[in-house]
Amino acid sequence: MLIYEQSQPGRRAFAQAPKQRPPLDGVPTALQRANPPALPEVSEMQAVRHYTRLSRKNFSIDTEFYPLGSCTMKYNPRACNSLAMLPGLLARHPYAPDTHSQGFLACMYDLQEILKEVTGMKRVSLVPAAGAQGEFTGVAMIRAYHDARGDSARNEIIVPDAAHGTNPATAVMCGYKVREIPTLDDGDVDVEALKAVLGPQTAGIMLTNPSTVGVFERRITEIARLVHEAGGLLYYDGANLNAILGKVRPGDMGFDVIHMNLHKTFSTPHGGGGPGAGPVGVSERLIPFLPVPMVGFDGHDYHWLTEKECPQTIGKLSAFAGNAGVLLRAYVYARLLGGEGMVRVAEYATLNANYLAKRLADAGFDLAYPGRRATHEFIVTLKKQAKELGVTAMDFAKRLLDHGYHAPTTYFPLLVPECFLIEPTETEAMDALDGFVAAMVAIKAEAETSAEIVKTAPHTLPVRRLDDVRAARELDLRWQAAG
Amino acid sequence: MPFIPHTEDDVRAMLTAIGVDSIDDLFDEIPPTLRAKALEKLPEGMSEMEVTALMHARARMDGQPLCFIGAGAYDHHIPAAVWQIATRGEFYSAYTPYQAEASQGTLQLLYEYQSMMTALMAMDVSNASLYDGASGLAEAVLMAVRANRKSKSRRVLLPRTLHPAYRKTVRAIVSNQNIELVEVGFDARSGRTDQTALQAFAGEDFAALVVPQPNFFGVLEDVDALTDFAHANGMLAIAVVNPLAMAVLKPPGEWGDAANGGADIACGEGQPLGAPLSSGGPYFGFLCCKQDLVRQMPGRIIGKTVDLEGKTGFALTLQAREQHIRRSKATSNICTNQGLLVTAATIHMALLGGEGLARVAASCHANTATLLERLCAIDGVTRCFDGPLFHEGVLQLAAPVADVLRSLAAHNVLGGYDLAADYPELENAVLVCATEMRTEADIDEYASKLSRVIAARTQARCPVEPKFN
Repeated sequence: MLIYEQSQPGRRAFAQAPKQRPPLDGVPTALQRANPPALPEVSEMQAVRHYTRLSRKNFSIDTEFYPLGSCTMKYNPRACNSLAMLPGLLARHPYAPDTHSQGFLACMYDLQEILKEVTGMKRVSLVPAAGAQGEFTGVAMIRAYHDARGDSARNEIIVPDAAHGTNPATAVMCGYKVREIPTLDDGDVDVEALKAVLGPQTAGIMLTNPSTVGVFERRITEIARLVHEAGGLLYYDGANLNAILGKVRPGDMGFDVIHMNLHKTFSTPHGGGGPGAGPVGVSERLIPFLPVPMVGFDGHDYHWLTEKECPQTIGKLSAFAGNAGVLLRAYVYARLLGGEGMVRVAEYATLNANYLAKRLADAGFDLAYPGRRATHEFIVTLKKQAKELGVTAMDFAKRLLDHGYHAPTTYFPLLVPECFLIEPTETEAMDALDGFVAAMVAIKAEAETSAEIVKTAPHTLPVRRLDDVRAARELDLRWQAAG
Repeated sequence: MPFIPHTEDDVRAMLTAIGVDSIDDLFDEIPPTLRAKALEKLPEGMSEMEVTALMHARARMDGQPLCFIGAGAYDHHIPAAVWQIATRGEFYSAYTPYQAEASQGTLQLLYEYQSMMTALMAMDVSNASLYDGASGLAEAVLMAVRANRKSKSRRVLLPRTLHPAYRKTVRAIVSNQNIELVEVGFDARSGRTDQTALQAFAGEDFAALVVPQPNFFGVLEDVDALTDFAHANGMLAIAVVNPLAMAVLKPPGEWGDAANGGADIACGEGQPLGAPLSSGGPYFGFLCCKQDLVRQMPGRIIGKTVDLEGKTGFALTLQAREQHIRRSKATSNICTNQGLLVTAATIHMALLGGEGLARVAASCHANTATLLERLCAIDGVTRCFDGPLFHEGVLQLAAPVADVLRSLAAHNVLGGYDLAADYPELENAVLVCATEMRTEADIDEYASKLSRVIAARTQARCPVEPKFN
C-alpha cells in the first residue's frame, strides 16, 4: 500500500512543523501557490511504520549475502556512519570560514593523502560525487591536457568491449568518439587490435584493471607504453580497486588518471543507489587540471584550494565540495583499517573469490576464464544450463533470491553469454560462501528435475517476477488521485 | 583486520581447496616488477574507540557557530525519524534495485518520491535523483539541448541571478559538448533578471532559458514573464527552484501562459528536504519534466507494474535511456545517484506533508524578514534590492564585507555569504538567511554583534579585531 493510500485530510505529524504559518508578506499573489501540493497527510507513527515496513522488503548487506559483481558489497561499518553524523560535522555549512572548518578540512586533507599513497598518484581531488562523475572528471582532464598543449585534433577514446557502460557514455559526454577494442579469449585486452586503432587521433584509453571480466590485465605495462607513445593518456577505472589494495598501484602501472569508488573499496554505503564518491588521482602532468575545491595545508592551517590557486582547473562538478559526508565515512574506514588492514582487504577479497570460483567449478559450473586466477571477482557462464535445461542466468538469479541470496550481477559483461559476475568481498566468512555454493547446486538440481520452479522464481518474495515490458509500455511513474 | 572473519583454519582449508600454498600465490598474474611495497606510509589501523575519540575531537574543532549563511544550503529541522529510518541497514546497505523482487522497499519508496516531487513541482514526471542541484542543472541543460524540437541551437541563456557555483558547474560539465552558455544581467534595483536585457535576445535561436526561483539573491523572479518569453522564442524553460519554497510559491508546472503547460523541465537542490548541511553533501538533485520529454531524461526512473500473478510491484523502467544498456548513446553517464538522500527526503516529505512544508517555508520567510528589518536598523546597513524575497536577502554594508564577516566569525556568528568575488559590481554586499531554526534571540545576537562590528569598523577604521563580550 502506498503512503498516499493511508492519507486522510487534516492528518499531520504535528510535532514536526512550526506551530504557526505566518503570512507571506510582500510576496505578490501571482507568485504564490494557489493549491497545496498533493502530498500524503499521515501521522508520525504511520509514516514511521510505513517506511520501516518498506525497508523490510529489501535485500541488503546487513541482511543477506550480496555478491553483486563489480559493486563490492562489503560490510559497511556502523561507526563510519555514526561518526560522520556527529552533530558538529552535520551542522557545518559548506561556506563556513576556514576558522570554523579545521577539523573537517583535516579529515579531507588526510583522506587525500591516504588515497595518494594507495593509488601511487601524485595528487587527489575528492569532489566527484560518484564513479561516473569521476570518469567524467578524468576524461575532461585528459581533454584539457591535450587542449592546453594545442593538441586538440585528438578526438577518440579507446574503450575495451567489456567495459562498464559508463566508460563509453562518459567519453561521449566529454565530446569524444568511442573506439571499441575486443577482448581475447583469455580475458586480456587484444593488444594487436589496440595497436591498430592507436594514432594521432587517440586522446586516451579507459581501462579497468583488474578488468570487468575479473582478471588482471597482464600486458598493462606494454599497453601503457603503446598508448603513451601514440600521445594518448591512460585512464584507470577504479571500480575494481578492492582487489589490488597494497598489491599493485595504478600509478606504478603507468596510468595518468584514476577514479576510485569509495562506496566500493572504502565501504561507504550504497544507499539503495547512492550517494557514492568518486575521487580522482592524477600523475604529474594532469595536476593543473584537477577539479576544485581541494584542501591544502601550509604546515599550520588547512585551507581550500579554488579556481584562484588552480587557474587551469576543469572547474566545479557540484555546487560545493562533493559528497563530504561520504568522504568522512571513507576516512573513518581508512583509519580503522590502516595500511596493513588495506592490504588484507585485497588478500581476503581475492582468497574468497578464488575459493568460491573453485567450489563452483568443482560443483559443475563453468567459469568463463578457467585458466585464469580470479581477482576479487569472477564470471560463471550458465550457457550450458540455458541450452540444455532452458534455464537462464536470469532464472538462476531469481531462484537465488528464494534461497536468501542476492543475485550476482547478471548479463554483464555483455560479451560472456548467460553470465554471473560474482564478487563475494573480504567480509564474508567461508561458511557464507559454502552456503551460496549449496544454493547454486540445489538450483541446478531443480533445473534438471523441475525446471518450472526455477523459471517462475521467485516464489517467496513480496512479489513474483515483474512485468518489465508493461512497466515501460504503460508508463505509470507517479501516484495520481482517483478520478 | 577489523572486518575480516576468517580464522586460520578457514584460510588453510580455503587454500587447500584452491590448490595453492599461500594467499600471495593468488597474485601471481601481476607482473613482479609492478608489485607494490606495503602501504607503509599509511597510518596504523585504529580501534573503533580510538577513531571515535579522533572524530569527536575533529568535530569539536569546528565549533557550532550561529549560522546565517544560506546560499544554496539551508539549516532546517529534520525529524528524528528521517535518518533513523534512512540508516536502517535495509536501506543503507542495499544497492541500486537491479533485482526488483528483492528491492521492493527501495523501489516503492522511489515511486512515492517521484509522486511527491511531481506534486510539489506540478510536473508530469520525476526521475529518482541526480548528484546535486548544480550538476542536476547541467543535466537539465543537456537534456533541453537534446529535446528541443523547435531549435537545433546549442546555446542556452543563463541569468546572472543564478547561483554562481551553479553557473560554474554547468559550464564545466557541458562545455565539452560545444554548448554555449550566454549570461543575462540583472536589474540593479530589484535584483531580478533584467527584462530589457532579456528582450535583446528575442528572435534569436536558443535551446533553453534557465529560470531560478528564488534567485541567488533570494529575490523572486517574474517567472510567468520569463517562461512566456522562453516559449515565445522557441526555447524550453528550465526551472531551478528551491523545493521547500514550492510549498508556498507557484510551482514550475504552472508558470506562464497555461496554454504552454508551464516550465518544461524543473530541477534543483533537494537538500532542504531532509538533508543535513554536512559541509555541502551528500545532497541530491531532483529533475522533473513534462511527459513528452521523459525519454530524454537522465538517471533512474521507477515504474509501477504487475507481477505474474497480477499483483502490484515496482521496477526500474525506461532503462533503454541508460548507460548500462545504451553505452555511448545513453542520455547521460550517470549510474549511482543519491538514493539514500531521496530515502530521507521521501520520509521527510511524508512527515511534513504539504501543510508542514508550507509552515516551514513561511516561517523562514518571516524570520528572514525580521532579520533584514533588524539589521537594516543598524547605521551603515541597507537593503540592496527591492524585489520580493523568499528566505534570503542581500544587504549593503558601510564596511568591507570580508572584514565584517571575519569579525563576526571571531565571535561565533557566521554572518552570511560575501558576494564580492562573484558580483564585483555590487559593493560591500552580503547575502543573509534566517531559516525557521533561527530564533528571535539568535537574530538579536546577530544584530547586536553586527552593530558593534560595523561601528568599530566605520569609526575607528581599525584593522584589528574589535573586542567585546
